[in-house]
Amino acid sequence: MAARRLKDNALTIYSILSLVVIAIPLLHIIATTLINGAQSLTPEFFTSLPKPPGEEGGGVANAIQGTAILVALTMLISVPAALLTAIYLSEFPESRLRDLIRLLNDTFMGTPSIVAGVFAYTLLVTKFGFSALAGAFALSVLAVPMMVKTMEEALKLVPTDIREAGLSLGIRHWRVVTSIVLRTAMPAIASGVLLTVARISGETAPLLFTAFGNPNFATGILEPVSALPLMIYVYAISPYPDWHRKAWGASLVLMIAVLTINLITKYKLRRR
Amino acid sequence: MAGHATDKIVVRNLNAWYGDFQALKNINLSIKKNTITAILGPSGCGKSTFIRCLNRLHELRSDAKIEGEILLDGKSVFNMDPVEVRRKIGMVFQRPNPFPTMSIYDNVAIGLKLNGVRDKKALDRVVEDSLKKAALWDEVKDKLNMPGTSLSGGQQQRLCIARAIATNPEVILFDEPTSALDPISAVKIEDLLVDLKGNYTVVIVTHNIQQAGRVSDYVAFFWMGELVEFGKTAEVFENPKEELTEAYLTGRIG
Ligand SMILES: Nc1ncnc2c1ncn2[C@@H]1O[C@H](COP(=O)(O)OP(=O)(O)OP(=O)(O)O)[C@@H](O)[C@H]1O
Ligand SMILES: [Mg+2]
Repeated sequence: MAARRLKDNALTIYSILSLVVIAIPLLHIIATTLINGAQSLTPEFFTSLPKPPGEEGGGVANAIQGTAILVALTMLISVPAALLTAIYLSEFPESRLRDLIRLLNDTFMGTPSIVAGVFAYTLLVTKFGFSALAGAFALSVLAVPMMVKTMEEALKLVPTDIREAGLSLGIRHWRVVTSIVLRTAMPAIASGVLLTVARISGETAPLLFTAFGNPNFATGILEPVSALPLMIYVYAISPYPDWHRKAWGASLVLMIAVLTINLITKYKLRRR
Repeated sequence: MAGHATDKIVVRNLNAWYGDFQALKNINLSIKKNTITAILGPSGCGKSTFIRCLNRLHELRSDAKIEGEILLDGKSVFNMDPVEVRRKIGMVFQRPNPFPTMSIYDNVAIGLKLNGVRDKKALDRVVEDSLKKAALWDEVKDKLNMPGTSLSGGQQQRLCIARAIATNPEVILFDEPTSALDPISAVKIEDLLVDLKGNYTVVIVTHNIQQAGRVSDYVAFFWMGELVEFGKTAEVFENPKEELTEAYLTGRIG
C-alpha cells in the first residue's frame, strides 16, 4: 500500500515537473517577445516604411503588406490544388494513381523549407527574377502537402452514410461530392487552411532567395516583396539597437497573428 | 416469362459478393406494385446487401461483385444509368442520416435543387407536400430553417423519409428504419409505411417479426445468403412451407 502510494506520488511529481520544463521556455519566449516588442508597436510602426540603416524611427508597413500578399497568393495557388488532390484521394477510391500521389505528398511534406526555396529559385527566379510570385510558389510547395493531408482527413471524417444518402437521391457522384460531402467537411477543411496559414506566415528560409525583400511597398506580384520573417531575420542580425527593437516588434505582431488564427480555429470551427 | 403486369421489380438469379465472400446466392423473387414487401432474416443473412443491389449501391464498394438480373418495370437496371435507377428507387437508411450542415428545408429540397429545380414556389410546394406525407409537417413547419440534426431521432428518420419522397421515386427501400428508434417513434414510422403504399412500392428490411406481420403484404425470408421462403405474409406466417422459416418465426433460431 505504502509503496503504491509512493509510486503514485512520484508519478504526479514527475508529471508536474515535465509540465514545468515544457511550459517555462514557452512562457519565457512569449514574455520576452511581449516585453521587448510592445514598446515598438506605435502607429508609425504599422504605417511607415523603414528608414535607411542607422536612422531611428520608421516602420515595417512594407513587411506587413508583403506577408499579406505572400499569404494571399500562396492560398490562391495552394487551396484549389490541395482541395482537388484531396477530393481525388478521398472520393475516387478506385483511382490507380492514388498510392503514387500519396507517396509524392508524403515526400514533399518532409521537404526542408530551404529546399522549397531552392526549388522555386531554380524554377522561377533564375528566369524571371525575385518576385512575390516566386515566394508564394516556394511557400505553396510547403503548404500544399500539409493541406492535402488535413483536407483528406476532413473528407474521410464524413460518414459513408452521408455519401450514400446523396447518391440514393439520384444525385450524380461529383455533385454529391461538391454539394454535400464538401459542405459537411467545410469546418474541418477551413481549420486546416487556417492552420496552414499560421504555419507558413512565419517561414523565412523559402523567402530568402525568392521574395528577397524590398525596402518599399511592392506594386505588383512580379516584384520582390518584403515579409515579416525576412525583415526580422535582417534586422535581428544588424548592428543597430533600433532595428533590434523593431525585430522584436515584428516578432510580436507575427506571434499575435498566429495565436489569433489558432484561437479562431479552435473555438469557431471545431464546435460542429 | 415477362413477369406479371403488376410486378414492379423482378429479381432473377441474383448473386452478390464482397471479395470472395458470396453474400447472396441465386435469389429469385418479384415485388408487386403498391405493396409492402418485408425482407426478414437473422443478422448477416444478406438483407441489406439485397436491397442495396436493387438501387445499385452495392456495386459502389470497391470489392463488390454482382451477377444476375434485376428488372424495374421490365427493364434491366444494369442497362440504365445508376443515377436514373436511384431516382426511381429511393432509400431510407437504418440510422437517421440527415445532411448535417443543412436546414430541415434544404434536407428535403436538396435532391431537386441538385437536379436543377430552381423555382422557389415549386420547391416550397414539394417540401411541404413531402413533409406532410412523412407525417412531420406539423412538427417542423415553424422551424424549417433549423438544422436537420436539431430534430429528435424519430423526427430525423421521418425527415429522411420526406427527403426520399421529395425526388418522387416509384419504389422506396427501407433498411431497418425503426431499429435505432424508440417504440413510439417506431409505431409512427410503421403507420407511415402503410400510408405510403398507396403511392409507392415499399421494400422494408427488418429484424422484427411482429413488425413484418403488422405492415407487410409479402414477406421474404433470407437465411445465410439464400432466399428460403417468399409469399403473402399471412400465408407464410400461418403456414410456413419450410422448416427453417417456421423455426425462425417461432423464435427457435435467429
Ligand atoms: N463491406 C463488406 N465487406 C465484406 N463483407 C461484408 C460487407 N458488408 C457485409 N458483408 C457480409 O455480407 C453478409 C451480409 O451482410 P448484410 O449487411 O447484407 O446482412 P444483413 O442481413 O443486412 O445483416 P443485419 O441484419 O445485421 O444488418 C454478412 O455476412 C456480412 O458479414
Ligand atoms: Mg443490414
